[in-house]
Amino acid sequence: MKRLYLLGVAAAIVMFAVAPFWIMGAPDIDVPNATPDVLLSYKIFFYHVPSAMVMFVSAFVCGIASAMHLFRKKPGADRLAAAAGELVVVFGLIVLVTGPLWARKAWGVWWQWDARLTSTLLMWMIFLAYLLVRRFGGPGADRLSAAMAVFGMANVPFVYVSVNIWRTIHPTTQVVPSLSPGMRGPFWFCVLAFVLLFSLLLAMRARLERLRADVEHLYLLADEE
Amino acid sequence: MSFDFTEVAVRDVSRHYGRRRALSHVSLTCRSGEVLGLLGPNGAGKSTLLAILATLLAPSAGEVRYGERTAAEAGPSLRASLGFLAHDLHLYPELTAAENLRFFARLYGVPDVPAKVSAALDRAGLASRRDDIVSGFSRGMRQRLALERALLHDPRLLLLDEPFTGLDDASVAALVARLRELRAAGRILVVVTHDLDVAERLLDRVAVLKDGRLVACDEAQGRIREHYRAHVTEPRA
Amino acid sequence: MPMFLKVAWLVMRKDLTVEVRSREVLYTTVFFAVACVLVFAFALVKEGRPLDDAAAGIMWISVAFAGTLALGRTFERERHSETLRALMLAPTSRPAIYVGKLLGIVLLLLVVEAVLVPLVGLLFHAPIASQPLTLASLLVFGTIGFSAVGTLFAAMLVRARSRDVMLPVLLYPITIPVIIAGVRGTAALFDPEPSVDLAQMWMALLVFFDIVFVTLSLWTFEPLMTE
Repeated sequence: MKRLYLLGVAAAIVMFAVAPFWIMGAPDIDVPNATPDVLLSYKIFFYHVPSAMVMFVSAFVCGIASAMHLFRKKPGADRLAAAAGELVVVFGLIVLVTGPLWARKAWGVWWQWDARLTSTLLMWMIFLAYLLVRRFGGPGADRLSAAMAVFGMANVPFVYVSVNIWRTIHPTTQVVPSLSPGMRGPFWFCVLAFVLLFSLLLAMRARLERLRADVEHLYLLADEE
Repeated sequence: MSFDFTEVAVRDVSRHYGRRRALSHVSLTCRSGEVLGLLGPNGAGKSTLLAILATLLAPSAGEVRYGERTAAEAGPSLRASLGFLAHDLHLYPELTAAENLRFFARLYGVPDVPAKVSAALDRAGLASRRDDIVSGFSRGMRQRLALERALLHDPRLLLLDEPFTGLDDASVAALVARLRELRAAGRILVVVTHDLDVAERLLDRVAVLKDGRLVACDEAQGRIREHYRAHVTEPRA
Repeated sequence: MPMFLKVAWLVMRKDLTVEVRSREVLYTTVFFAVACVLVFAFALVKEGRPLDDAAAGIMWISVAFAGTLALGRTFERERHSETLRALMLAPTSRPAIYVGKLLGIVLLLLVVEAVLVPLVGLLFHAPIASQPLTLASLLVFGTIGFSAVGTLFAAMLVRARSRDVMLPVLLYPITIPVIIAGVRGTAALFDPEPSVDLAQMWMALLVFFDIVFVTLSLWTFEPLMTE
């Protein structure tokens, strides 16, 4: 297990080191009259989209694990949910920082109240609230936060639909299939790297929670002496 | 719809809040027709134990058996056999005495509500103030009303948290008589109290808790003061 | 099922009796909602004329803010003598108690809205009487959705020390779809060329939200309230 983990860490380091070179070598987007800085800013797509994908995977993991904890009372599921909840916020932050960096060049503004931006921001807020209630909810905070995650997950389609009707200017999901063959390679490579990074962080964070629970248990045992 | 039992067994129950242990490996049995007293200094875990018996709290480890079944196995119908007089009294201060009783009687699905409510008001000595709002009552009046409220559905197991605080001597005597009546009727009573005089008059057995642990569990005959001195008063001096 | 409805009815009637007697939550909530409207007016009225869609936005934001206040106060009452625990001790199905509390909150908020909406109409020249039925339905479904989530969260936060801040922190991100649908639906009605179709589409979203979140709340109430 530990060897597998170290292997994963090594692979992730290599992948993230190699990725920039491959991305720089990838063909430019086919936009008429694009200035060099627009072409450069486009490269952020290789980090932005994989982060967003991982963010949604993480939110899904958190929601399912929380439901398991709430209805089946599984402490392991709770620890997994805690880890995933934090990773939603971390990867969400990457998405929300890289997005405006690109938007400034492509759209001329840092932020647009467009459907996908708004719903991503809202998702991120939900999981920020999840972490807040986990930290400050007092006794039983694990169940309160689990409810927040379950409700947050149920909320995704509503946020998506309502915001979508409200506004839309973001490049749609058609972007990925329409990638030129030269871009496809580095793109999926980046997705793989991010998924690997996510899995490693998730395992590490869940392990930390488990160790913490063990320590709590030892304190209780010591108290008994 | 309620189900019956003649014994409640607490088996190796522990409860902790994070790192703080409120109860540690407590085992004891309460039997029908018996008054069990819980004694101990503040923060000893008496209220936690009562809340666990009332099914409000789930034990972190161990189990409580009501007759043959645990709370989880028995489901909501078990709660129809439990009466709980908590320290916070569980009364709505904005409602009148009669309204409080009526609300809870209906919530418990008690048959013949008006007669039950009148009888309860009589016993609480509040018949003349039935339509007065509870927030205007003295602590003693509220205490009596809360007790009758907890007894409305004729529970098998009655849990009382400090029922004698704020009562004058006459009310204490009346309450003791009432509890003895319930004991004679085969109810299981668990009383948390600090009042040694009352304890000597009422309790059949005492269990002494300290720092979440059961330090003594004994027949009461004349030994309450001894226990109390050894475990509750002494450490403070 | 009749027992379920009976318990829900009992709890709701108890809450309303208490409220009719003190009127504390009603008065403070109405006052707060009106204060919200005035505060927003300073931001959203330009040269004596409200900005486009300001009326709809102000109305719903005031409802959300006032609703949070009402939820907090209502459950503070149940905390006072630990009566929420007394309700949990009753041998009834706990979701019935949730439904009772929910109905009480919804009715209270509808009374608040009955004051608030005409006021917004008056101050912001909003044509509230042009489509009264559609507007009323939007308000009812929106209020149910907001309160369904709010009642569950307020009930589960009763035991938390930081409940006053945690309630809005949890409630607002989850109820954003209600706010969007409410504001957009109402704005469609207040438009110079009102569109009932658009309002009805938003209303459908609200109904869907209500169904999903009431079901989810009924489902999670029991495990959440066991300490």
